[in-house]
Amino acid sequence: MNVMQQATTSPIEIRTPKMPAMEGRAVSVFYGQKQALYDVSLAIERNQVTSLIGPSGCGKSTFLRCLNRMNDTIDICRVTGEIRLDDEDIYNRDIDVVELRARVGMVFQKPNPFPKSIYENVAYGPRIHGLTRSKIELDEIVTSSLRRAGLFDEVKDRLNEPGTGLSGGQQQRLCIARAIATRPEVLLMDEPCSALDPIATAVIEELIDELRENFTIVIVTHSMQQAARVSQKTAFFHLGKLIEEGHTSDLFTNPKNKQTQDYITGRIG
Amino acid sequence: MFGYLILTILVFTLVAYFVGQTAGRSFALADRQTHSLPGYHGAFVAVWVGIPALVLALLWVALQQPVIDRLVIGSLPGALTSGATPAQLSLILSEIKNVAAGQIFAEPSPDVKAAADLYVRWQDIARWAMFAAAVALMLLALVIARSKLAPRFRARTGVERFITGMIIFCSVVAILTTVGIIASLVYESLEFFRRVPLHEFVFGTRWEPQMAIREDQVAGAGAFGVIPVFTGTLLIASIAMLVAVPIGLFTAIYLVEYANENVRRVVKPVLEVLAGIPSVVYGFFAVLTVAPAVRAAGGAIGIVMSPNSALVAGGVMGIMIIPFISSLSDDALKAVPRTMRDGSLAMGATRAETMIKVLLPAAIPGIMGGVLLGLSRAIGETMIVVMAAGLIATLTFNPLDSVTTVTVQIVTMLVGDTAFDSPKTLAAFALGLMLFLVTLTLNVIALRIVQKFREQYD
Amino acid sequence: MALADTNSVITDRAASAGLRRRRYAADLRLRIYGIAAITVAIGMLAVLLGTLIVGGAQAFVQTHIRVTFPVSAEWVKADDPAAGNWRNVVRDGLAQVFPDLSAAEQREVVKVLTNNAQFFVRDAVLANPSVIGSTITLDIPAADPYDQLNKGVITRDTAEENRRLNDQEIQWFDTLVERGLVSKPFNWGLIFNSNSRFPELAGLKGAIVGSFYALLVCFLVSFPIGIGAAVYLEEFAPKNRWTALIEVNINNLAAVPSIIFGLLGLALLIQTFGLPRSAPIVGGLVLALMTLPTIIIVTRNALKSVPPSIREAAFGMGASKHQMIMHHVLPLALPGILTGTIIGLAHALGETAPLLLIGMNAFITSEPGGVMDAATALPTQIYIWADSPERGFVARTSAGILVLLAFLIIMNGVAIFLRQRLERRW
Repeated sequence: MNVMQQATTSPIEIRTPKMPAMEGRAVSVFYGQKQALYDVSLAIERNQVTSLIGPSGCGKSTFLRCLNRMNDTIDICRVTGEIRLDDEDIYNRDIDVVELRARVGMVFQKPNPFPKSIYENVAYGPRIHGLTRSKIELDEIVTSSLRRAGLFDEVKDRLNEPGTGLSGGQQQRLCIARAIATRPEVLLMDEPCSALDPIATAVIEELIDELRENFTIVIVTHSMQQAARVSQKTAFFHLGKLIEEGHTSDLFTNPKNKQTQDYITGRIG
Repeated sequence: MFGYLILTILVFTLVAYFVGQTAGRSFALADRQTHSLPGYHGAFVAVWVGIPALVLALLWVALQQPVIDRLVIGSLPGALTSGATPAQLSLILSEIKNVAAGQIFAEPSPDVKAAADLYVRWQDIARWAMFAAAVALMLLALVIARSKLAPRFRARTGVERFITGMIIFCSVVAILTTVGIIASLVYESLEFFRRVPLHEFVFGTRWEPQMAIREDQVAGAGAFGVIPVFTGTLLIASIAMLVAVPIGLFTAIYLVEYANENVRRVVKPVLEVLAGIPSVVYGFFAVLTVAPAVRAAGGAIGIVMSPNSALVAGGVMGIMIIPFISSLSDDALKAVPRTMRDGSLAMGATRAETMIKVLLPAAIPGIMGGVLLGLSRAIGETMIVVMAAGLIATLTFNPLDSVTTVTVQIVTMLVGDTAFDSPKTLAAFALGLMLFLVTLTLNVIALRIVQKFREQYD
Repeated sequence: MALADTNSVITDRAASAGLRRRRYAADLRLRIYGIAAITVAIGMLAVLLGTLIVGGAQAFVQTHIRVTFPVSAEWVKADDPAAGNWRNVVRDGLAQVFPDLSAAEQREVVKVLTNNAQFFVRDAVLANPSVIGSTITLDIPAADPYDQLNKGVITRDTAEENRRLNDQEIQWFDTLVERGLVSKPFNWGLIFNSNSRFPELAGLKGAIVGSFYALLVCFLVSFPIGIGAAVYLEEFAPKNRWTALIEVNINNLAAVPSIIFGLLGLALLIQTFGLPRSAPIVGGLVLALMTLPTIIIVTRNALKSVPPSIREAAFGMGASKHQMIMHHVLPLALPGILTGTIIGLAHALGETAPLLLIGMNAFITSEPGGVMDAATALPTQIYIWADSPERGFVARTSAGILVLLAFLIIMNGVAIFLRQRLERRW
């Protein structure tokens, strides 16, 4: 019942313009005895690209995976603190993970299309969430999602061929199409270009910029150039702590923190 | 005698080792440029002394008996041997051997007595000749091998080459086993098909192997149509799979997707125990516990069933195969990359949807391979059906009836003392050949599928 | 496409709340199926072990009856006691307990004791000849029906004509109980006797020794050959069609039904090579051929898990390939190999079908003296007992199975211990 309530009350919140899309408050994450994230508080602004940067093992991916509770799939993982989506804590017991993940989509580091056709890959989300009532509607979602992901022209003649047959960059765009087909509010990207060549990376980066219009995007990257190119806001993590956050241009040109400065000038990382 | 010979060979080998090692030491003392360590020199000589003698001894033992038998038969007066069938000859031979061993029941004929004396003498000669030949060979080998040793002699390479040869032989043993299986099955089966035509065996619908062994016995004419036996096997195996596949698969699904570490830590060992219980135990369980229970349950709802119904044998066999299916399905589901599962969960799919729509379709080839291997197991399983299934081959698909299986027939035909060349025992080998071919086909297909599946995600 | 139209998305979501409930129901269903499947599997194991323990527990005790036998010089001569008339000694012993029975009844009452009671008395007297002329008191195993009566398997409520013991016989037994002559000690005979036609005397010693010899042969043959083959295939073999064939062949051999190996043993080892029927050496060889693929596969996995750095280090010191394997790789892989071998041997210990075909199900009342003697093995002994009609053998079969399972648990326990203690994680 709670789920219903939340769904009906959310539009009011959504229209409040100043409120961030998501907000982490004092988030700590433990893997068994080991603490991976310390008291991170970070606001994710609506219709902006927020990039999380930092050396590997700094907790940026861990934080990202908290945002749609993908950490739940790891048995020994424990999260404390609050993460608010539309002013509701997503770690609240009443929150339905399935619904949360439909609202906060995710694209992974390595392209992971299902071993099904291109069409089926994109249609999977709308199908399980019952977003469509007819085949025509479904077709439309698939086409529009593929189009938004900039993939439609390349694959329109072979929608029934397996998604695993595409090139790496195409596969990743297919995964993006698959993620946006459920019409999420927030899109999480975990180093989406790390497995791709520079040309495919450029295409995806361009795509991210376009998607910002309709989605709130959080991207984890270890490339500072990429963060500078695609994001409006950047957060720098180091050793499980959030060191500094701010407008991307400010952070890169005028870092306040010594560690941030060391990182972006290449001294750590 | 043979034991003493082996002991002698061991002693000689040991001596040879020390001879070689001493030589190696002296080289090392005289000159620091030796190629191999003294131990390798020793091993080199030991190998050359021990192995040929060992091979000689084994060959000698294998060939001695037939040669002496032939010599003894040859020595018999023509009156006794001319026109005798091989069976009669072997009878005479065993009489001679009995006499030679001192087991005399009636006064033997002078011919036999003479032959027995001859037999004893030849055996003595053969034994001493074997001993002498082996010792001579070893001395010769010792001299030759020792003469080869020199400071720059590559004893280590020689020894290593020998070891390589040995381990190549080891890996050929597996091939030899298969060849042995095929050869013995085919040889006996050909003998069988000489008496019972192949088409009668393959297409016949009556299986009544209780044919008369002697002329005066009252028995059926003997019919060797394999179809009812085969359908019985399939019926029981299908029941087993109907039990094992759903239970095994759902167990694997639960363990992979839902169970936490604690549940897994309990359930996995339990399944391993289930897999480790010998099939004779399951057979006893079927007869003692399951069959009466099932019959009582059937009786309570008014179904009359045979005491050794296919249902009981197949059901218990199914329980035995559950861990097999579950562990192979578990492997197959786990082999699907984690990113695939994460991808589905991240879209807001429930665990059931992730399992049914993503993991299961991706793992199907692996699971199919497991099911085929399980089926091959069910077809070849012996003890449960020997104890819990029937003996009479009935052509039926009613699980409440009693049917027999290929393995049951093989066991009943071969257990106990039987003349080895009656159609009845030969039929067991024909059944064995069929069983081998069917399970081999299933195994090859299953292993091929599983391998393809693994390659896909490696 | 108006994805920006947030409203339509929201209404879609509201409508899909019902759908989501159905989706969770489906999720719950799958979970329930899984739990049900596991429950069935565990339940079956529990029922199996439960019936074995309940049924077999009885066979671990054996009813004994204490009788004082007068060893009169009339029946037993001091100069040749072995040739005495021991049957009469036994009769006299019981006649002292039941003095006023007719001759016919006396012949019946003797059957309270096991059929072989005379041999127990004989052996006791032979061990201590000084008792000749006086008496000797012994606890003799009761015959099977009385044992069953004492254990409550044969009940007094059953009508006399349906009982294996009539009222008179039960009364005799009750008399013995009243006088405190009946005891029920632990049945050491189950483990230290060989097989017998009489359930009260039948034990597993012959089968345990037979299984031991067969496993010994199996180990001595399959362990060196298996390691040799694995080392060759993993470390030396060139990747060509021939080695691919060997590999396919080994994998297939691992899945060939065990009864086929029995046929191989019968046709090749017994008929062609003339090895003795029913002998542990034949059983051991057949089991070795069956275990070989397992040992090869586990050894190869153990060899694979030794990291390349060790190999490179050995090569770097100028070791030959053989030395590298013998000095470094094999010792490091040994715990894994041993673990797999023990598990393979445990599997071989429970194997029955091939042993049936080579005749290791013969009725043999003494333990084998060597690998060439006729013998039974534990699983075939269980099969023989399961096939025997006497009531006493039902419990013995369960008890025999429990003994077999105990051996299997010990072997697997050792394997797990080895794995946890010695196996190195890289």
